[in-house]
Amino acid sequence: MNIWKPRYRSRTILAYVVLGLCTTIALAPLLLIVLTAFKTEKELTLSVFSLPAAFRLDNFAEAWERGKFSLYFRNSLIVVAPTVVISVVFSVMGGYAFGLLKPPGQRALFLLFLIGVAVPFEAAIVPLYYRLRTFGMINNFWGLILPQAALSIAFGVFWMRAAFLAVPPELVEAAVIDGAGTWTSLRKVLVPLVMPSVLTLIVLLSVWTWNEFLLVLVLAPSDQYRTLPVGLAFFRNSRTASVTLQAAGSLIVALPMVVLFTIFQRQFIRGMTSGAVRG
Amino acid sequence: MAREIEQSRPIPVAQPAHRARGQRRLRAGLPWLHWSTGYFYLLPALIVYGVFALLPMADTLRASFTQWDGLNPPVYVGLDNYASMLQDPAFLTALAHNLYFIIFSSVLPILIALVVTSLLTRRRLPGMTFFQTALFLPQIIPITVVGVVWTWILNPAFGPVAEILRAFGLSSRPWLGDFDLARPVIGLIVTWMTYGLCLVLFLAGVQRIDTDLFDAAEIDGANEFRQFMVVTLPGIRNELGVALVITMIEALRLFGLIFVTTQGGPGKETYVIAFQLYQVAFIETQVGYGAAIAVVLTLLIVGLSSSVLWLHRRVMGDW
Repeated sequence: MNIWKPRYRSRTILAYVVLGLCTTIALAPLLLIVLTAFKTEKELTLSVFSLPAAFRLDNFAEAWERGKFSLYFRNSLIVVAPTVVISVVFSVMGGYAFGLLKPPGQRALFLLFLIGVAVPFEAAIVPLYYRLRTFGMINNFWGLILPQAALSIAFGVFWMRAAFLAVPPELVEAAVIDGAGTWTSLRKVLVPLVMPSVLTLIVLLSVWTWNEFLLVLVLAPSDQYRTLPVGLAFFRNSRTASVTLQAAGSLIVALPMVVLFTIFQRQFIRGMTSGAVRG
Repeated sequence: MAREIEQSRPIPVAQPAHRARGQRRLRAGLPWLHWSTGYFYLLPALIVYGVFALLPMADTLRASFTQWDGLNPPVYVGLDNYASMLQDPAFLTALAHNLYFIIFSSVLPILIALVVTSLLTRRRLPGMTFFQTALFLPQIIPITVVGVVWTWILNPAFGPVAEILRAFGLSSRPWLGDFDLARPVIGLIVTWMTYGLCLVLFLAGVQRIDTDLFDAAEIDGANEFRQFMVVTLPGIRNELGVALVITMIEALRLFGLIFVTTQGGPGKETYVIAFQLYQVAFIETQVGYGAAIAVVLTLLIVGLSSSVLWLHRRVMGDW
C-alpha cells in the first residue's frame, strides 16, 4: 500500500513519530556521552546538553595514555582475535562433521555441544578460576582465550551444523570423485558455500568476546591483563577519572563493536535471534 | 594432521568390497566415507570445549556438594549448601530481585514493542534500516559502558537528568542511592537495554506475514485492532517466544550493570544472584557455596527458558 495516500497519511505520520521517539530514547544517552567525550570539564559544568566548542581529542589522548586504555585496547585485541579465530576454525570443522560427515554416535555428541549453547558462563566460572590457578593460568592471556573459545565453540558448532545441513551431500561426493579429500572439499568447495554463515559467526563472536565482563573480571585480577570493558569499570572508580575522561574511555570501549555492528547489522540480528543465548 | 587424514583415505571406488561389508554397522552420513573420518574434524572442538567448558561445568556440580576455601582439600557436605541457601536471606533477596527485574527486562519491553508494532503494521517505512540499527545499539554497547553512561546521566549533582529537573525548578533525588528508587531505576535501565531488541524482532516478524491475510481480514470487516489480534499477533509468535527467552535470561544473568552502578546497594536493594555468586565464590572464598549458587542460577536459566519454549509451543502451536 502507498503509505502517503490520504487515507493512510495520518497513521504513517503517527508511526514515524512513535518510531522516532523510541529511537531517540535509545540514542539520547549515547549521544550525550559522545558530546561529553569532546568537551572540557569547564564546558561540561556549564551545560551537559550544549555542543562542545571544538571537537578536541584531548580527552581521548589522556584516557589512552594516563587512563591506560592503550594497554586495555591491546589486551582486548590479544584476547579477542585468537578466541574468534580458534572458535571459528574449530566450529567450521565440527559443523562439517555434524552436518555432512555424520560419524556414528553423532547425535549423542551433538547433545553434548547443545549443553554449552543453553548453559551460561556462570555455570563454569567457579571451578574454572580455581583450576586455572593451579595451572598458573590466572593473569594469563591463554587463560582468557581458551575458556571463551570453549563456549563460543559450543554455539559455533551448533550454528555451522545448521549451515552444513543445508548443503546437498552430493556436492561433497562430486568433489571427492574429482580427487579431492574431505579436507580439500571443505576448504575449496564448502567453506565458500557457507561463507555467509561463517561471516555471521565471526561478527557474533567478535562482539560477544569483546564485551565479555564477568569472565575477564574473575580470571584476570591484575590490571596488566584486563580487557577494555573491565578496564573501564575500574578506571571509573579511580580518582583521576573525570566524567569527560570516562566518556572518552567509554567511546574507546564501545566504538569498534558499534562500527562492526553497523556494517553487519543484518547478519548480527539474524544470528542473535536464532536461538543464541550465549553473550 | 588434516593432510594425513586426506591422504590416508582411499577414494570410494578403490575401497574393497569385503571391507565395506564388514563395516556396515559403523556408517558415516555419506555412504562411501570411512566411518571414523568425522571424528577427526570433531576432535579439536571437542577437546577445547570439553576441557574448558564441559569439565568445569561438571566440577561446579561436584564442588557444590563440598565445603571448600579454595586452598585446603574440599570437605564433602552433601546437600548442606543447598539447604543453607533456602535459609540464606541474602540469596532469597537476590532471587526475588532477579524475578522482579524480569518485569523490566521482558514484560515491559514486550508490551511497549507490541504497541509500537501495532502502529506500524503493514507499513513498509523508508528508513527502517536506520531505526533498526539505532534501536538495537543498547544491546551492542558493552555493559560497563551502559553502567558508566547511566551513572552519569542519573548523577544527582551534575547529571543531565538533574539539569532537566533544575530547569523546571525541581531538585533531583539520588536515584541510584535511594532505597525506594534504586531498584526500579535499575529496572528501567534494563528496559532501555531490551525494548529495542524486542521491537526489532517484532518488526522483522511482521515483514514476513503474507499481506493477503490482512486484506482478507479487512474484507471481513476487521478493524485495525482486530487485524492486529488475529493476523499480526499470531504471525509474530516465534519472535515473541525468542524475545521472551532472550530478555528473561538477561534479567537472570544481571551482573555487570550492578557491578558498575550500585554494587548491589543501597543496602541490598539491587542485590542479584550473579552478584552474590561473585562475592561468595571469589571475595569470601566460600567456593562450595558459590558453586551451589552457580548450579541454582544455571538451573533457573535453563529451566525458565525451556519452560517458556515448551509453554509457547503448547499455546501458540508449532514453531
